[in-house]
Amino acid sequence: MSHEHERLVIIRHAPYSSNALREGLDVALVAAAFGQTVSLLFLGQGVLALLKEQAAGAPGQKATLPTIDMLEMYDIDQLLVPQSALDALNLQAAQLVDGATVVADDTLPELVQRHSYVMNF
Amino acid sequence: MEYGLLVMGAPYTSAAPHSALRFAKAVISRGHQVAGVFFYQEGIHNASCLMTPPQDELNMRDAWIALHHEHGVMLDVCIAAALRRGVMSEAEAKRHGQAHSNLDAPFELTGLGQLLTLQQRCDRLITFA
Repeated sequence: MSHEHERLVIIRHAPYSSNALREGLDVALVAAAFGQTVSLLFLGQGVLALLKEQAAGAPGQKATLPTIDMLEMYDIDQLLVPQSALDALNLQAAQLVDGATVVADDTLPELVQRHSYVMNF
Repeated sequence: MEYGLLVMGAPYTSAAPHSALRFAKAVISRGHQVAGVFFYQEGIHNASCLMTPPQDELNMRDAWIALHHEHGVMLDVCIAAALRRGVMSEAEAKRHGQAHSNLDAPFELTGLGQLLTLQQRCDRLITFA
């Protein structure tokens, strides 16, 4: 598939603080179900969605980790995290789910430019 | 140029819908087109036909409807986000056994696929959150 059909979904919200993360992931899943190639970029608090040790939220809040684990089934295997986002939260790559890839900050402009469709949640 | 707008803020809570409306009017006045507005997350509250702000405040839903009638702008609302927050058409209310409904035309309940299509169709998709 050519790059022109590739979609980048940027996640900037932490789990449980709002519904923004879940509804952002829903857009990624629908795009993938429609056969589009989808990459996810986690910025700021969004990185917290990838912590593998995370528990479910408050009673009644649906856990987000199962949705993160499900992404691979939809062929969404690019879960990108810039090094600076990890540093800002004092996290190590080993604390993230296996599918996460840490990328150098200077690759971000090219990453965004390469995708014709970019969305921010 | 053809624009699509993604609105994710609720009226009277966030400045997002007000900014989106002003943006739409600004680009239209400069000769561009706005193909559609997609309401997602808290933005779905823009579609509630029960919203009743004080008379000296803008009724956001009416403002969107005017944009639709004057410029043919489609008003699409994510059905999953709307149902979750208690905004639904009469047909959806019946389907889910609810006694009341609070969304009607020209707002349309649609799926997220419509948002993807809007972005692919337009030259620019602008997010207001």
